Amino acid sequence: MPAVVIENVHKRFGDNEVLKGVSLSVEAGQVVAIIGRSGSGKSTLLRCINGLEMCQSGRIEVAGHVLDQDPKHLRELRKDVGIVFQSYNLFPHLTVGENIMLAPRLAKGLGTAEIRKLAVEVLAKVGLSEKFDAYPDNLSGGQQQRVAIARSLAMQPKVMLFDEVTSALDPELTGEVLVVMEDLAKAGMTMLLVTHEMNFAKNVADVTVFMHQGKIWEMGTSAELFAAPKTPELRNFLSAGVH
Amino acid sequence: MKLVLNFTPVWAELELILDGIMLTIGLSAAAIVLGSALAVLLVGLKSLAPRWVGLLVDAYVELMRNTPFLIQLFMIFFGLPLLGLKMSGATAGLLAMTMNLGAYATEIIRAGVDATHKSQIEAGLSLALTRLQVFRYVVLNPAFAKVWPALSSQFVLMMLASSICSFISVSELSGAAAIIESRTFRSFETYIVVTLVYLALALALKSSLLLLGKRLFPNASGLERLDVKAGSV
Amino acid sequence: MATFGFPEMMFILRSAGWTLLLTALAFTIGGIMGGGLAVLRLSQSRILRNIAAGYILVIQSIPVLMVLFMSYYGLSLFGIDLPPFLAASASLAVYCSAYLAEIWRGSIQSVPFQQWEASSSLALTRAQQYRYVILPQAVRVSLPPTVGFLVQLVKNTSIVSVVGFVELSRAGTLVNNATFQPFKVFTVVAIIYFLICFPLSRLSRHLEKVMHAGRRH
Repeated sequence: MPAVVIENVHKRFGDNEVLKGVSLSVEAGQVVAIIGRSGSGKSTLLRCINGLEMCQSGRIEVAGHVLDQDPKHLRELRKDVGIVFQSYNLFPHLTVGENIMLAPRLAKGLGTAEIRKLAVEVLAKVGLSEKFDAYPDNLSGGQQQRVAIARSLAMQPKVMLFDEVTSALDPELTGEVLVVMEDLAKAGMTMLLVTHEMNFAKNVADVTVFMHQGKIWEMGTSAELFAAPKTPELRNFLSAGVH
Repeated sequence: MKLVLNFTPVWAELELILDGIMLTIGLSAAAIVLGSALAVLLVGLKSLAPRWVGLLVDAYVELMRNTPFLIQLFMIFFGLPLLGLKMSGATAGLLAMTMNLGAYATEIIRAGVDATHKSQIEAGLSLALTRLQVFRYVVLNPAFAKVWPALSSQFVLMMLASSICSFISVSELSGAAAIIESRTFRSFETYIVVTLVYLALALALKSSLLLLGKRLFPNASGLERLDVKAGSV
Repeated sequence: MATFGFPEMMFILRSAGWTLLLTALAFTIGGIMGGGLAVLRLSQSRILRNIAAGYILVIQSIPVLMVLFMSYYGLSLFGIDLPPFLAASASLAVYCSAYLAEIWRGSIQSVPFQQWEASSSLALTRAQQYRYVILPQAVRVSLPPTVGFLVQLVKNTSIVSVVGFVELSRAGTLVNNATFQPFKVFTVVAIIYFLICFPLSRLSRHLEKVMHAGRRH
């Protein structure tokens, strides 16, 4: 059974239809990159998957949860679906450790010892063990984003969403975040990522989806799609170089 | 529980209420004009006069802002006659309101003046304007536009605080209410009516000041809005 | 005629104690009400939002004096007969609640909405989001204006004599009626108010500066 199923999803903001019937299916362990110009609806699609935006019609099923408006169902879904944002969104009043341990304690009700072990573990995964007691403000952007990834991992999600996670970073800091994501992909995590990093999509993602004007314009294995784009829009997009 | 409301006796005193409304409006309007004038004078002194004058202005503002309006009113109404300055309750009320509003408005307008860029002043001086002219034309006008929302709130608060003048038997709206209450023994009904009148007056004043602001400062939308807050007297 | 001597001075000082107690109680009750109103004001239900907004608009658009009268006579109309101190505190709390609600709503809204998104994405309930993520950040922002409002509250306690309670201002009036030395009496009263309010004003300004200096994000 696929980990993510999106069927004919429509989403409007007022008069502006951002998603015009999007369908997509992601197998467990697959890494899917979503590329496209700003305004193509790629971030909205990602945010619909964990219910940050509610689509007006269509059906979304993630990690066995069917998306609906019920806050209880939504919380159950979000225990299994992590998201990492462009602007990190760490909680500035909590230390790195507290940021990571908050949700496992509150949402999953795990015991203190177990949570601490978990936090140490995920922090090691992103290579920031020594920052357990630091505050987010004292970390670089790249470090903050890695903590944000660790915070999501601590919920032991089945699916991870990445929303342009390197776009706010200085070029020299994007590498350290991409390395962490690549490790995750290798470890078999199911990942959907909206990205401007074409090399990352080409080399790490199994499948790349090109969105254009609210629709999936073209998709295929990353190798094929980048080597031989079929539509003029994608060719244009890839050759423009600036995304 | 006796939840029987009877407004008839209160309506019989309509004339008193109308007189009260007129006095509240009159006191507030006069205090707004005079208080703003006082504030402009004080801000001007702070900007243009020697430093020790500015410190006096600061002291005045802090004194007024950190003591209750009621006590200021009492000092004027009970104290000044001892110095041979006899005045009616309404006059004492107007004086107290002017002095109080003057202090608050000084603080607000000064925030606007402080936000003037130095280059603006230098440009004015370079055009051979006097310091007073620069203050009047280059500094004060945009300052007013910037702080108009805060100033408007302060004006509304002053109108509401004019009710405290009833403590020295001025028969503005609240004073009228006290008289009606003592005549009709219909306390709750009286205060419901008077409260609604205040509500209407406050909303009317608020929207008039908004309109006036648009009329006075048509180009204010280009200016940064300052985060200045009005303070209850 | 009595003169303004030691016993009168002691009477005024004791009454200043009542002013402080009145402020503390009104702030406590008003704070609880105001906190609830602030949350209602930001609730997801439009009806609740509008009710809270209406309450706040009305209270902020009528004189504190009228708030006092209405709460006082309103209470007695419902057969609730409180001793003057409690009646005065309750009435001031009504006034206090509207202003605190507005201050705190602003503070809560000053927390970036991404904090709501991030915490809800971590499967926290709305109550948990408030308790662990939003409020700790909002409290910092709310401190300077809240302390500033305390000054307004202290000053406004001066008018509760209308519901029959003797606090600092009323004590001053009583002493003045007995001694007829208004300058002396009200100067002393004003100084006491100033000694309470001025440090609070400075504290509020200081907190604001500290916050601007150490602003995060």
